Formats: sequence, structure tokens, C-alpha cells
Amino acid sequence: MSSKNDAKGKAANTRTVRFNIKRCDGPGQPSRWERFDVPVQSSSAGSGSANVISCLQWIAANPVTIEGRKTTPVSFDCGCLEEVCGACTMVINGQVRQSCSCLMDSCAPNDGDEVTLEPMSKFPVNRDLFVDRSRLFNDLERIRGWVPIDGTYDLGAGPRETPEQQQQRYKLSECMSCGCCLEACPQYTLEPDEKEWDHAFVGAAVISQTRYFNMHATGKELAKQRLDVMSGPGGVSDCGNAQNCVKVCPKEIPLTESIGSVGRQTTIHKIREFFMGR
Amino acid sequence: MGSNELRVIVVGGGLAGLAATVRIAEAGLPVDLFSLVPVKRSHSVCAQGGINACNEVARQQGYSEYEHFDETIYGGDFLQHQPPVYEMAHMAPKIIDLLDRMGVPFNRTAEGMRDLRLFGGSLYKRTHFAGATTGQQLMYALDEQTRRYRSEGKVTAYEFWEFLWPVIDVDGKCRGIVAQDLRTMQIRSFRADAVVIATGGCGLVFGQSTNSVMCTGGAASRCYQAGVKYANAEFIQVHPTAIPGADKLRLMSESARGEGGRVWVPAVKKDGKWAPHPDSGRDPRKLDEATERWYFLEEKYPAYGNIVPRDIATREIFSVCMAGFGVGGGNMVYLDLTHRSREFLETRLGGIIEIYRKFVGEDPAELPMKIFPGVHYSMGGLWTQYAPKGDLKGMVKGDPRNMMTNVEGLYAFGEVNYQYHGANRLGANALLSCIFDGLFCGEGVAGYVREMGADPASQASASMYDEVVRREESRIKSLLSSKGGENPYQIAKELGAEMTAASTVVKSGARLEKALAKLEELRGRHERMSLADTGSWANQNLNWARVVGDMLALADPILRGGLMREESRGSHYREDFTERNDERFLKTSVAEFDATTGRSRITHEDVEIGLVKPRVRNYGKVGSKSKTKKNEPATASA
Repeated sequence: MSSKNDAKGKAANTRTVRFNIKRCDGPGQPSRWERFDVPVQSSSAGSGSANVISCLQWIAANPVTIEGRKTTPVSFDCGCLEEVCGACTMVINGQVRQSCSCLMDSCAPNDGDEVTLEPMSKFPVNRDLFVDRSRLFNDLERIRGWVPIDGTYDLGAGPRETPEQQQQRYKLSECMSCGCCLEACPQYTLEPDEKEWDHAFVGAAVISQTRYFNMHATGKELAKQRLDVMSGPGGVSDCGNAQNCVKVCPKEIPLTESIGSVGRQTTIHKIREFFMGR
Repeated sequence: MGSNELRVIVVGGGLAGLAATVRIAEAGLPVDLFSLVPVKRSHSVCAQGGINACNEVARQQGYSEYEHFDETIYGGDFLQHQPPVYEMAHMAPKIIDLLDRMGVPFNRTAEGMRDLRLFGGSLYKRTHFAGATTGQQLMYALDEQTRRYRSEGKVTAYEFWEFLWPVIDVDGKCRGIVAQDLRTMQIRSFRADAVVIATGGCGLVFGQSTNSVMCTGGAASRCYQAGVKYANAEFIQVHPTAIPGADKLRLMSESARGEGGRVWVPAVKKDGKWAPHPDSGRDPRKLDEATERWYFLEEKYPAYGNIVPRDIATREIFSVCMAGFGVGGGNMVYLDLTHRSREFLETRLGGIIEIYRKFVGEDPAELPMKIFPGVHYSMGGLWTQYAPKGDLKGMVKGDPRNMMTNVEGLYAFGEVNYQYHGANRLGANALLSCIFDGLFCGEGVAGYVREMGADPASQASASMYDEVVRREESRIKSLLSSKGGENPYQIAKELGAEMTAASTVVKSGARLEKALAKLEELRGRHERMSLADTGSWANQNLNWARVVGDMLALADPILRGGLMREESRGSHYREDFTERNDERFLKTSVAEFDATTGRSRITHEDVEIGLVKPRVRNYGKVGSKSKTKKNEPATASA
């Protein structure tokens, strides 16, 4: 983020990366493209590689397009910058991913390389690259994504668990609600109308969280209600088995296994309901 | 809102904020929860290593809650008030049980018990963990419990809202807040009978740190500017092991050392003493274990070795680099886990191994990691009081004074609270202190609010709220209309560079004075900014420009507190005063904001040390004059 380079021209070991950014001033506003040339330092011992975030920070400090026109800093969402918070998901060169772990060394290694940034298309845009993922959190509420404990007072330890089960649950629990799997899913579509959320497809992340909570000895207590949601409109049967989700998950969560597991649980749940009544 | 309904506001949705939310909602009070981000994305997710508590294995080896308490005090170089720490250490095992019941996937032993690991500052295994993403896992458990209360309508979340100012009435009581919607940019007031600030640390004041982008200290700074005292600001923990990056310093958890990670630099012996290696940048695997690797922590601290506490590890790493031992001549040392099996690393440290692979592009199972210290945690924070038990062994349960600031009804929980960690925080005690504040002190908040029942905020005069809203609106208006040409990003960058240079690992009076002068300059320039975005929708430029001013305000007590503290203690090391001076400085630094100058006034107050008497703190360093601890076990537990 140094302005020294600008004054002296391109310093040694600095290259220029061109960013094409899809911008939008607010909900319902038309989108447009703006281009920025960002100086990127080659990573050397002790400095670390530039990433999409550090480039967006540079643009925020120097919001001038390649035509030399002053513009506003690009709005974007980010948090931890180490791929555990899930905030900074974007579509980068056509691929949905976390922008913090998109390093310039691998994504734009040469002078003049281009990087295209777009907001996710499955969520309403707040502004520029900053989208509204409330629906995802709404869906976690829909499936009762919690363990129904008796309260926070001291009631002793939780259930024992084998290391195998812990490792399986841990993997599922790493889901950071980033939305990559939803962006990549052909069945998950943009739904800006909140009133429709309770019928719309929940997508892989929430199906996997259903499996996660149903695996826990106390979490199971709500399994029936969760499977009611999963067997209803927008539930697991809406999955078209494209299997894009598992390919884009930054945490490598076995999402298709989760979909299979919840599918089976739902089938058994429906059969049981059919024979036993509600 | 019912006309006489009592409500609580919690600002911040990390571990402390969510633990408070859950406990207060459970006590039957509605909670309005404010957060800059969807709460699930709060900075607590970045905590990696674990959470400390006495446990049955350690207990049978001679450990106890008292030992945990004593280690925390010793680790903090005796600067913390002891009753709150005593209470925290004793509640810790119960907190672990609760998290376990909430479904946190803690690592397990073959028998299905919670697994444990070693951590800095202890010779016993007393750290519970979920891989190397313990903070994320605990956050999610509390997020889930909060979601349950949200679904029942007992908690209302205001996410993507920024806290701007506390509303304080003529009697000095906090009666609500003013906040701004980060999308619509609407500014409005919210009434509450108590307000809990749980907004974490201030790493961004130092530019690059291990903190998330929202950890500016902005909320704490605004409370401080509104009259809340700020304590021990100068105590900033620099974590020994971080990976440098262009946008942030990424933490490499202390658990890497707890699980056997060894810190070393390439070196050769000359006349019986280590000297920098002539070819220190070469493939580390080709350097001979005995003659070309200096395991400096193990050599200097035979008892603790690589698990000395953070302030000590940081200074040792910093000083070997300054002496020219850094890898390839740069500012880096090796953190080596290559002697551990790949499977061991995946199950116990997977999260951090993954971060290193993704952001550095090398595999820690094959090559030692290259790390350097980075700003990490703020031991200081908003000044709070507590109600000690008569014998000082803990706090009075449910007492409204516990962790209340000097402004009545305004509380500080978690990292933003200055209690518990003194001059240096022990690893894996932060998650504990956050949850402890929320659960234990949350009860005091509910008690306080019930006492306020006769005079609820819902009945307070509207003009008090409108006045703060108007002031905030005019502040924003003046930022938007300012045409001085200064760039807020440039000011923040210069602030970060200055703070890092003057006030991290090694400080001196002269350098701190210089930094205070620079701060004066930056404050002036902050008055003369021009914003690139003057729009009225999701204007991140505006919020950043505003918070840069708050970071400048908070930088003042960090520097001035350090300047006035003419001693070395814990994380605070003065090269011009290298010894701890209990006579003059076994005291809390208390900063108050002076609105006319924008500077802080610092006074010092006594620390409650009634339970453990201060002793020499050297962790058994070779060649130091006195022995450290009464009864150190010979080896770590199995």
C-alpha cells in the first residue's frame, strides 16, 4: 500500500495486476465494471504474498480507475483473513472462494495479469462485493441448529464420544457459513423475498449442519423436527445431485456424504411417520 | 417494547458477548445484541489452541484450580487483581463441562474422555481443545445457543450495526446506546437498563496484527472518550509465533509448541558460544541437529523449554533475530514440527497446518515453519470493578458490581475488560476469561437491571437519546464535508507503523516520546481528511475514517501508559528500565480521556495481591539468580 512506488514508477520486484471489479451502488441498482491497476510486491522472505484483500485495501486507499477517474472505494466483506470466519466469499475469475486465501502469487503471478471480482450471485447485493447472506442464517434457525441443553448451570459433563465420532463431527462443525456451496449449486437460486425463505431450498451447508446436530447424543432430541424440514419444501429432496458443492467447499467438508446421510434419515423418518402416524 | 419492560444491550457477538447474551436471556431479560458482523463471524473464531481448566488427570498429578490461579498470576507478572482470577480458575472446569454439553467437538481419548495438551506457562496438561480451531468451535456452540434464544424472540440481533456512543444520563448512569446501521447508514438510539461492552481487542491500532479487521478498539475507545476509565493500556501481548503477510499476521497457535514444536535458528558454535550460521538460508533439513541448530528456548529454560510464556518467547525470538541469527538473515526463526507424524499433526493441529499450507505454500510436516512475533492481544482494557469475597477467594456471586466500569450500568466483558491477565496473558486463558465474564458476571448484570426496575430506561426522557443521536449525526456530517485532503488509510498506516516501532517488544522512554509527538501530528491530520466516498449507503469509507480517529484516541494511553511505567513487567519491556519495580509500579495504570487535548491523563492505583505474594518471575532461566517456583514437578504429565 505504498505510494512511493507511484512516485518513482514501478519499483523492482513490483508487478501490476489489473482488477476488473463488478460494482453496484445498492440493492436494485444497475451494476457496472470498473478497472484498477494495483501494484503487487513479489513475496519475499518475511513479507508473505499479497492477496485479494490486500489489493482491495490498496484500492480503498487509492480509488482511481485505469482511466484516471476518481471513484469510491469498493465495498466488500471480510473478517479474520485466515479462512475461518467465512465473511470474504467472492466470485474470483469465475470461481467462488474466500478472497483472503486467494494469493496473488498463484492467482496473478505475472506483470499484467488480470483478476476479475464479482459478488456472489445467489444472495442480494448490499453494495459492490458485499452481499446479504441472512437467508443462510435463517435456514440454520429453520432446522433448529442447536443442541437443546437444559441451561447454562453446572450439570456435569456432556456425553462421552469416541475419537472417531468426534473427528467426524469436528469436520462438519468447521462449516463457517461462507456460502461457497450455495453459489455453486444449480438448485439454490437468488431469493430476495424473505417471505419465501421458509420454502426455498436450504442447500448443502444447512443439510450438512442437520446431519451434524442429529449426530450428537443431545442434539438428536430435535432430529424429528429437523427431518420434518428436510422432508418438506426446500428440503433435501430439492438437491439435484450436481455435486458442485463439495468441490468448492474451502473446508473440504464431505457435503455429498451429508446429503446422502440426511436423505436416508429423511426416508426413514417418512416411512416411520407413514406407519406410526404423527 | 412493553412500557415498563427491562432490557439489556450487549455490544459484540464474540465469546464474551454471546456467553453474556445466553446467560442474561436465560435469566429472563430480553437482550438486544449488536455486532459489526453476523455474530458467527466474530473474531473469537480465530482462537486456535484451547481453553484451560483443571481436570481429573492433572488433579491426580498434583494440579488444582489453585495451581491454575497461581500460574495465571505468575504468568501475568502479578499485575492482576487476584480475587477475580481465583474465581475464574475455580469455575473453569464447570465451563468446560457446559461447553461439552453444548456439543463442542473436543478432541477425545481412546476411552472417549476429553483429551488434553500442554500449553505455555504450565508443566501440567490442562488445555482442552478441538483440533486447532478451538475458538471457532466454542463460538459456534454459543452462536447456536444464541440462535435458539433468537428463534424464541428473547434475543434480537442487530448485525452489521456499529456502536457509536453510550447514552449516559445526568446521574452518570448508562441508559442505552446510539448505533449506526452499516447498510442504510441510519443512526438511532436504543434504550437499555444495562449495557455490556464485549468488543474485544485493538490490534488494528498496530496496523498489522493477528486480529480480524473489526478489532480496531473503536467501541472501547468511544466508551473511554465518553468517560469510562481505561486500564493497563500499555500491556499489549505480542504473540511469539505468527506468519507475516501483506494484509495481516496469521497466528500459528501456541499449541504447535504445546504439541512438541521446537523453536530454533541456524547457528554454529564458535569458542563454545553460538554464532549466526554462515549459510542460514539453506535447506533446514540439511542442518545438523547437534552442531548447526540452536534450540535457544530449550537451552535457556530447561524446565519449560519451548513452552515458556508468550512475553518471554517473544523477547527471546526478537533478540536472536536482532543478534543476526534470523533465518536467511531476516526476521524469522524456525518452528519445527517435522518430527511429528502427519497423522498426529492432522488430528491435533489440522487447522493451523492448513493455514500455513494455504498462506505460505509449504508443508509443516516436511519443512519447519518460519515465524516471527506479531501483535496479538490486549491485556489492558476498560477499567472495571468487582465485589471480592471477604477472604478474597473469589467474587460475590450475582453482585452487580462485578465487571461494571466506573459508569454505572455499563459493563465490560472479555478482551475489552482489563481484568484477569495482568501484564501477560497465558495461552488458552482468553477463551476462558471471555466465557467466564459472560456467565459469571452476566448474572450480576441481570441483578443490576432488576434493581433498576423502579426507574426503567423505557420511561426515561427522549431528549437525552435525541441529543446523542444529533451529536453523532453532526460528527458524521462534518467527516463527509471535510475537504482537507488527508487520506484516512494513510493515517492508519502511519499510526500502525509508529505503534509497532515504538510500543511492542522493546520500548524506551525516548522512543515513546517520539511516538506521542507523531500521534499529535496524526490527530491534526485526522481533522483534515477528505473522504473518497460521501454517499449515504453502505459507506465503509466513512466508518473507517471515523474509527481511525478512535484508534488515535486509544493509542494515546497505550503510549503514555508505557512512558510512565518506568519498569519492565510481562509484555512491557523498557530497555531503559529493565527490572520489575514492585515498589513503584505494582499498580494498575488508569487512563482518563481529556477532551480538550485528546490526550490521556494517567494515574496509578493499587493491585489486590492478598492471596499470592509477588515473587521473582524467570521461569527457571539458566543463570538467573533465584529459583522460580515453590514446587515445580520434574516432568510434564504423560
